[in-house]
Amino acid sequence: MDLTLKIWRQKNAEEKGGIVEYKVNEISDHMSFLEMMDVLNEQLINEGEEPVAFDHDCREGICGSCSLHINGEPHGPDAGTTTCQLHMRKFKDGDTIFIEPFRAKAFPVVKDLVIDRSAFDRIQHAGGYISVNTSGNTQDANAIPIPKVDADKAFDAATCIGCGACVAACKNASAMLFVSAKVSQFALLPQGKVEAEERALNMVKQMDEEGFGNCTNTGACEAECPKGISLENIARMNREYLSAAFSADPQ
Amino acid sequence: MAISSVKLDAKVPEGPIADKWTSYKNHIDLVNPANKRLIDVIVVGTGLAGGSAAATLAELGYNVKAFCYQDSPRRAHSIAAQGGINAAKNYQGDGDSTYRLFYDTVKGGDYRSREANVHRLAEVSANIIDQCVAQGVPFARDYGGLLDNRSFGGVLVSRTFYAKGQTGQQLLLGAYSAMNRQIARGKIKMFNRHEMLDIVIVDGKARGIIARNLVTGEIERHSAHAVVIASGGYGNVYYLSTNAMGSNVTAGWKIHKKGALFANPCFTQIHPTCIPRSGDYQSKLTLMSESLRNDGRIWVPKKIEDAVAIREGKKKPTDLSEEERDYYLERRYPAFGNLVPRDVASRAAKERCDAGFGVNKTGEAVYLDFKAAIERYGAEKATVMGLKDPSHEKIVELGEEVVRAKYGNLFQMYEKIVDEDPYKTPMMIYPATHYTMGGIWVDYNLMTTIPGCYAIGEANFSDHGANRLGASALMQGLADGYFVLPYTIGDYLSKDIRTGRISTDLPEFVEAENKVKEQIDFFINNKGTHSVDYYHKKLGKIMWDKVGMSRNAQGLKEAMAEIKEIREDFWKNVSVPGKADEMNPELEKATRVADFLELGELFAKDALERNESCGGHFREEYQTEEGEALRDDVNYAYVSAWEYKGEPADAVLHKEQLEFKDIELKTRSYK
Repeated sequence: MDLTLKIWRQKNAEEKGGIVEYKVNEISDHMSFLEMMDVLNEQLINEGEEPVAFDHDCREGICGSCSLHINGEPHGPDAGTTTCQLHMRKFKDGDTIFIEPFRAKAFPVVKDLVIDRSAFDRIQHAGGYISVNTSGNTQDANAIPIPKVDADKAFDAATCIGCGACVAACKNASAMLFVSAKVSQFALLPQGKVEAEERALNMVKQMDEEGFGNCTNTGACEAECPKGISLENIARMNREYLSAAFSADPQ
Repeated sequence: MAISSVKLDAKVPEGPIADKWTSYKNHIDLVNPANKRLIDVIVVGTGLAGGSAAATLAELGYNVKAFCYQDSPRRAHSIAAQGGINAAKNYQGDGDSTYRLFYDTVKGGDYRSREANVHRLAEVSANIIDQCVAQGVPFARDYGGLLDNRSFGGVLVSRTFYAKGQTGQQLLLGAYSAMNRQIARGKIKMFNRHEMLDIVIVDGKARGIIARNLVTGEIERHSAHAVVIASGGYGNVYYLSTNAMGSNVTAGWKIHKKGALFANPCFTQIHPTCIPRSGDYQSKLTLMSESLRNDGRIWVPKKIEDAVAIREGKKKPTDLSEEERDYYLERRYPAFGNLVPRDVASRAAKERCDAGFGVNKTGEAVYLDFKAAIERYGAEKATVMGLKDPSHEKIVELGEEVVRAKYGNLFQMYEKIVDEDPYKTPMMIYPATHYTMGGIWVDYNLMTTIPGCYAIGEANFSDHGANRLGASALMQGLADGYFVLPYTIGDYLSKDIRTGRISTDLPEFVEAENKVKEQIDFFINNKGTHSVDYYHKKLGKIMWDKVGMSRNAQGLKEAMAEIKEIREDFWKNVSVPGKADEMNPELEKATRVADFLELGELFAKDALERNESCGGHFREEYQTEEGEALRDDVNYAYVSAWEYKGEPADAVLHKEQLEFKDIELKTRSYK
């Protein structure tokens, strides 16, 4: 198929960006979206132009590097899919495709389609862990049985890949789904329960400081999440946060 | 400055194998907590090995500087490991033990690994599971709330712990969370989007690195008292592999050029169950976890006419009756069946496809079929639910639910890529480059031949011999990082407590930085005619065709000559757009491919030197009449450790003779 691409180009964080139009021809149905981008870049290099920068690494939907707003949707039109798993069979010959970076104040553009998601890391630094050292003599892994349903829910929350699609999908650029996934994972497990309230307070505080907006209960985050992280996690985080806010000692 | 006289000393402690590690730990020198605050350690790479090492060293009190090329340590490629992690817990009561894990690993590696290292790995394996559970890693559990296990290839017990098909992700996020705790305390300083481009050696010791800030292009000097390389494997030398696009050998190759020996480069794992390639535009290959071989049966048509009809689209796999299918692994290896080790399964698939029985358009695919498993699980579930005379549809529906719970994400990945529903029609799979057993040579302490420079995880060569068993990479990465290196590095650093801060103004830093800048300037100014990918693809094709699943002397000699030719052309005609002082992904690729172009030739040289077949290294000249690998223990029971001498063809071989005192050397049989 032959396609017209309208791609956001931006030299660096300081300079202004804009949409530039490109044409690619003879794109196979079986190509992934990023392989189509590879074709464009090879074409640009051969024409002596600078290729389009975009984040990508594992190309199998798990590392969370790839992003891209494709025709107005984070990770494009296919549900439950990262951009690297999106295939060109979802498009038609002659289509025009708009490709932009994820847009959020907390995710500044680094170059072209590459964004800075280090705000997510800083939220994790604020409490995304269980305080246990590596000792080699923690208790036996089976010492505390965990109900399967809790373990499964904790796992589902833990499958978040930190791509930021939830933020990009939200009209408020809220990071609630991302933060709540980690808060929920640990709150559901006996090992994480000990610090659950403090964790919720600290992570939410950092989230606010990073400039993410408030939750609107719209659910766009859940709809666009490539891993199907559930809104239930936000409810759970709110519970942890409220109970912490009432019970916490002022420090 | 290269280290001139290389002497290989594995430094394996004396005593019975089961006591070596305990006795070693009891006798090493320690660094007191106050002194640890005065010591800096650089960790390059933040996968399971690097991430767990960085976190643990920081917990102990060292000042850690961790580097990754990704925008966050959470994205290291360990995240993509699917199936599971082995540990000798014997929760299933099926006869597992430390010894059995040790034995399985040495045998699985086709007797080309160092016994003492492997035994230590088996010893600490159980601690890993305890540690991960304490960190909140949500492993799969059964209805009683206890941990569940599955089986992997090459073993007869169920010792693999898992989190659906995302075990690597969950373990990496566990290590990442441990790192986050230390980043918050200021004990780890994290350098995201940074790539190590050289090591700095001062007075014969590793004292720092030169790194490029991938956002600004700035070349930075970083000093430390020790440098830990945890940069993963070099499978991308094949261009197409299951590795991430950015996975590279550069950190390992740079230390090799400054004195670290590179061991067994030709021991590479071609994984049997990957999604076959679909066209020339293909940028990477996707693995379908080995855990699928617990329940999937591998087959090709028995009659060549059927294979041809399927390739031409005239027949579908579901049209073939049981009698018309050749479950060739079950036929050839009745004891292990579909769960033979990876090297054996890969060669068997290639053998069938080479003989004309391949099933997709390219003729390079076999089936992995879940029909039997779906029916078996469905019938079981119907019984549990008390359904009387359930219909076949009901059984299939129930069975699909069970299979979805076990492998849902893998089936989804497959469907996205291939656009076929693997619940209804068998998956198509074919072998692809996946893991490299070879790597930087290390002693028992995981130290390379450069004092103060360590290599851990996939980056080193130590534990898997000529073939790695499934679910053992995660085990080794975390063992090295959580439980081994933190001890062994302390013994070395205990002699460094009076050194004080290392200055980055030393002439060695200046010299290394200038070399790095020279290379970058060359790339930017060359303005050649071909892209970096053009060369990488050419290299990959040679590697796959001549240094791939089966090799012969003629092909290897040709490969060496051809790779040299491509390398020379690369240094004349490569084109790198953009500038040095900005984010420049093409420049990043260029520095990586430059190193692959040298490694590839050494890889072929190593394969040519090893006149035997063992594990993933199959030399056509050395096979039994039945086509099984023919190992030569009299002449080749050694580790090939290569010393850099400029041109890869001039590399000098050092041999570490392997001794098997606790496991009898015998021909591996899975029949």
